[in-house]
Amino acid sequence: MKKLAITASALALAASGAFAQELNLYNWGNYTNPKLIEKFEAETGIKVTITDFDSNDTALAKVKAGGHGFDLVVPSHTYVPIWISEGLLMESRPDQMENFAKVDPQWVDVEWDPGRHYTVPWQWGTTGVVVNTKYYDGDINTSAIFLDPPDELKNKINVVPEMGDVMALAVMYHGGEPCSDDRELLKQVRDTLVEAKQHWLGMDYGNIEKFAKEDMWAGVNWNGSTFRMRLANENIAYGYPKEGYPVWMDSVAVLKDAQNVDEAKAFQNFIMDPENAAMISEFARYANGIKGSEAFMPEDMKTAPEIVIPEELKPAGVFNSTCPPATQALYTRIWTDLQK
Amino acid sequence: MSKQAETPFPPGALEREAEIADTRNRWLLSLPAIVIIVCAAAGPLLVMVVYSFLTPGDYGNVKWEFSLDGWTNTIVQRDIFDDTLIWADAHLSIFWRSFSLSLITTILTLIIGVPTAWFVATQPPGRREFWLFLVTVPFWTNLLVRTIAVQELIRSEGVINLILLKIGIIDAPIQMMFTDFAIGFGMTYVYLPLMVLPVYAAVDKLDFRLVEAAHDLYAGRWTAFRRVILPLIKPGIIAGSILVFVPCLGAYVTPRVLGGGKNLMFGNLIELQFGAGRNWPLGAALSLMLMTAVMVALIFYVRITSREQADG
Repeated sequence: MKKLAITASALALAASGAFAQELNLYNWGNYTNPKLIEKFEAETGIKVTITDFDSNDTALAKVKAGGHGFDLVVPSHTYVPIWISEGLLMESRPDQMENFAKVDPQWVDVEWDPGRHYTVPWQWGTTGVVVNTKYYDGDINTSAIFLDPPDELKNKINVVPEMGDVMALAVMYHGGEPCSDDRELLKQVRDTLVEAKQHWLGMDYGNIEKFAKEDMWAGVNWNGSTFRMRLANENIAYGYPKEGYPVWMDSVAVLKDAQNVDEAKAFQNFIMDPENAAMISEFARYANGIKGSEAFMPEDMKTAPEIVIPEELKPAGVFNSTCPPATQALYTRIWTDLQK
Repeated sequence: MSKQAETPFPPGALEREAEIADTRNRWLLSLPAIVIIVCAAAGPLLVMVVYSFLTPGDYGNVKWEFSLDGWTNTIVQRDIFDDTLIWADAHLSIFWRSFSLSLITTILTLIIGVPTAWFVATQPPGRREFWLFLVTVPFWTNLLVRTIAVQELIRSEGVINLILLKIGIIDAPIQMMFTDFAIGFGMTYVYLPLMVLPVYAAVDKLDFRLVEAAHDLYAGRWTAFRRVILPLIKPGIIAGSILVFVPCLGAYVTPRVLGGGKNLMFGNLIELQFGAGRNWPLGAALSLMLMTAVMVALIFYVRITSREQADG
């Protein structure tokens, strides 16, 4: 009996010990550097479990449904206000954390989380076009690559099925602001998209390999992902559409119903350290928002054309915000029309 | 004292008691099944029905306000540009795409599956098990893995293109990925075992003396097949067709991976409403619509087979 009691208490101890040292991160797939997690585990003794999602909507729907068991989530900036207004995030006050001084001032007073009361910068990037220059050597800094494709690229184009980004590109191509609800403009947008789609090959995610193997030659893509394509195939280049292109940032937030709050906050603080932030970028090939992280980054990150936006194309980048529900409904209709 | 009065119970009471206990036991024993059916099938279905009559929330979920929009929008929608009421031709054409693709897949699996089943069933008994085993092997692997395997076969630098290039039949790779061909090929491959197995069961039960009798009565091969074999294995063919057709209607992964996601299937359309579209009532109504289509197909099946039995 005594033996049993000892075993039971030992088990309970072990269980509570293990429980106190856990952290569940819910992040985009193929986005977290395993070495970063190893370092965090070695320094803090906290065991990290990563679960993947493939879109902001998937993450939002899953967490809203409850019973998810996650502590941290990494939504895009357009979704952060939704997460906050739906009461899903905890005010973990990163702005009062030790490493907060390392955050680049331009990423502190952001529109989606003024003063950073909820979120910590993870990575930021742009959505532009990718072109295999072996097959097309014209101007690639334009959305015409996929909206009015040159003959050379027809039927080899892939457009990522990210409604917000693609709609923003198409609306700006027609001279509108992202989230515009101008019906005249949206009619043109729809007609252009429907017309252009005949020349597309696919609308799919996760195409680094398909571009590298030249199954696909052009399309809409994110800068860091294009960087990884270029590392596998040197003919691949990234274009910043001069008509306008979306800029975005993904940030790490603690969930309101997190089980491991202290561990989650420790992770938020951990990734604001320049050396650790550099590890995030080293893997996924996007810039982070931490001052001084460049010093720890691989040499090719500092000069990569996917990371360093050309001066003359900087003004075309637009930080789009969350579209109002009524506009979102319009966009969904156009999106459905496009894929019917 | 009569004999009856000796027993403490009136006549038949014991039997009645046993009967009541029996009924009670039956109910108790079937309770787990009933609970599972209610919780796992009827419950969620009810939620879907209720949600389909509500108003979409701003960021997903629903508002508890009654609305018929979810249902009417499956068929008609306000034009977003001039506000006139129009057919929701996007939904209808996506439904038609899923429907016609399911039909084509069913026909293809029939063309390939029936001879295969016939071949297996006419093998010597010892070897049949081996062939059946081979038919079921693909089931051991996850659907997604099998779909990716098909992708490796038909991609531009895939096995088929490489072989054709090598033996000089073609000069440049054929674009097979992301075409309707790719979807049809993939779906046929994935669902073929579901056709072979029921048809095999039917052929296995076939009395070959009837075929011999047909030949004795001067029926040619084709006539014997059409007039004798086909009617006898029809239940297997119909069961196989239903097993292939129904999951095809809601197929999601295969069209997405092999078709390149350019054209929505009905399953993807429903997913869009629950995801980026943030219109859960419409999504609920669309999935109930799909379910109704499946039910109609099944009722059709039951009626055909029961008529067969009545005729037989």
